[in-house]
Amino acid sequence: MLDPHVPPSRTPRADPSVPTAEQVATLSPPSATTPPAPSSAAEPAGARTLLGTAWLRIRRSRVAVGSLVVVALIVLFAILAPVLSAIEGQDPYTSLTGPDYLDGVDTPGLPLSYYRYPSTDHWLGLEPGLGRDIFARMAYGARISLVIALLSTMVSVFLGTVIGAAAGYFGGKVDMVISRVMDLFLAFPHLLLVLSLTPILQSRLGGTALDSGSLLPVASLVIILGFFGWAYLARVVRGQVLSLREQEFVEAARAYGASRRSIIFRQIIPNVMGVVLVYATMLIPTNITAEAALSFLGVGVKDPTPSWGQILNAAQAGNWYLSDPWFLAVPAGALVITVLAFNLLGDAVRDALDPKSSRH
Amino acid sequence: MTQLLEVTDLTKHFPVRSGAFRSGVGVKAVDRVSFSVDAGQTLGLVGESGCGKSTTGRMLMRLLQPTSGSIRLDGREISELRRSDLQEYRRQVQMVFQNPSSSLNPRQSVGSAIAAPLLAQRITPRGGVKAAVRDLMDRVGLRPDHYNRFPHEFSGGQKQRVGIARALALNPRLIICDEPVSALDVSVQAQVINLLEDIQRDTGVAYVFIAHDLSVVKHFAHRVAVMYLGRIMEHGETREVFDTPRHPYTQALLSAVPKADPAADRSGRIRLTGDLPSPTDPPSGCVFRSRCQLRPRLDPERAALCADSVPGGTIACHHHTTGM
Repeated sequence: MLDPHVPPSRTPRADPSVPTAEQVATLSPPSATTPPAPSSAAEPAGARTLLGTAWLRIRRSRVAVGSLVVVALIVLFAILAPVLSAIEGQDPYTSLTGPDYLDGVDTPGLPLSYYRYPSTDHWLGLEPGLGRDIFARMAYGARISLVIALLSTMVSVFLGTVIGAAAGYFGGKVDMVISRVMDLFLAFPHLLLVLSLTPILQSRLGGTALDSGSLLPVASLVIILGFFGWAYLARVVRGQVLSLREQEFVEAARAYGASRRSIIFRQIIPNVMGVVLVYATMLIPTNITAEAALSFLGVGVKDPTPSWGQILNAAQAGNWYLSDPWFLAVPAGALVITVLAFNLLGDAVRDALDPKSSRH
Repeated sequence: MTQLLEVTDLTKHFPVRSGAFRSGVGVKAVDRVSFSVDAGQTLGLVGESGCGKSTTGRMLMRLLQPTSGSIRLDGREISELRRSDLQEYRRQVQMVFQNPSSSLNPRQSVGSAIAAPLLAQRITPRGGVKAAVRDLMDRVGLRPDHYNRFPHEFSGGQKQRVGIARALALNPRLIICDEPVSALDVSVQAQVINLLEDIQRDTGVAYVFIAHDLSVVKHFAHRVAVMYLGRIMEHGETREVFDTPRHPYTQALLSAVPKADPAADRSGRIRLTGDLPSPTDPPSGCVFRSRCQLRPRLDPERAALCADSVPGGTIACHHHTTGM
């Protein structure tokens, strides 16, 4: 903000060297209305208003606004999990079993489930078998699922940006080594590797005897997903940095004696943040799905800790989905809606930040 | 006039790798260039594109490491300086770049771009940086309320003023201007040139002014050096070089300056034939001999001289002393 010591003088200076032509130029509205300057692909046109223009474009797209609203609702759902369960009057861990909760018997005369269908007491019904409240488990599970997805995305984005920037900036042998490591990471069959590594990591971190409700599986998922997601972003960032470091403003920074660290963090990284942001919004749904897949396969979040993948796993594990498809439909539906919303939002952000897309 | 900068036999080779062959072929971008700059004076470095003038400027700024040769500031050799000494040198010598758009970080406000050298060199106490930046902005004709604006909000001329303020921030004794006006409109060029002249009058800063526009150099520079294919062809006082060019390349270059008067006599115009030779394979001896307009008129005995290397001196031609 402007320093209060400086009078907000609007009057042109008396100095005759001040160009009137340029003053006229400053009066013209900012770049949103002026045609973009011819620039190389690496040069981010529009600079700071990039985010402003992007926001405008998002607001004008119905799909973008819709997906943004859905994402916001899901995030609220997760944040307000304790509040919402309190309103419902249930918690995610108490087993409500016994004849009071029986919903009926099937043809051979076995108990089918406990309050399988939504009711005023149990908004999404009760879990078959253990009889826990599905709504409360979905709300608390959303917290775990989103936290894993967001944290692992942050880990990937941080690693990808720093490693990619280092490869692009230092070049030469550093670049060669990092690039080969990236190729290696991209070539690995992720699922197999993660499936085999997660149990190892979990036992290394916390021994075999896991307390029930331990957050260790969550931490290990963050580490594993984060650690395997950086390579693609690093490659993209590397390319950007390769062209950015040849720009004159980087030379100028070297000329006045800026340190390497300052050049990387103050000159180069701010200019790749647009790409990084787009990639991050695309990576979140990938990680939500990955968490669900791993928990579903039994190497992720473990009962009784709820996550959407874990609830799916519970539905599948006891073959409950045969007699009680609703129990499977709730987490599956929530996942589909969430991933779809994040993906659409990611597309919208990419379109909005793309300098090559038409301006409107 | 005290000598500030002395450049002797400065040379830069770039290795060229073609395909699988890692032959020793290199581009001699700059080849044994020598000149000097006096304190408070301007040296114009002119030549067509690709002649090595920007490479020379970047070596002076130590953005490129010279292959060989010496650069002396106040008699002190700087081509081998390391870290802390180099940091000290960068306070003495600064640079203004050609493209005002790409020389400013699009994500950095103008104020913080000008403050950056002060912070990097830690010469101004943190509390005084803002005031120092405002002072610099005032000196280059930017308004204080431009402080928090971003480069894309400015015209080319204003951006170049920001670049000049940034170069001035460290109060250097020499500024290397790498074609500072060639990306600007003609009307804005004059304003920026006037600004540079005002600054020189006020601070006594010296310039190495790299340009391909001869009329700008003629107006602005005290001395001028003409480069061709990485070498200096002619070097002398601006008035002398422009009034009585003695090297055939300088003559051709000057005769190519457009004349505003349509009735002007153009018969004296020298048209060079042929293409610029490849810098990977320049002609032996005098590099200009493949295009020299003088050579066809020389008798064979003297023309043969051109294949010998040209002796050092202010005019790199075998024949200038003997006239044409």
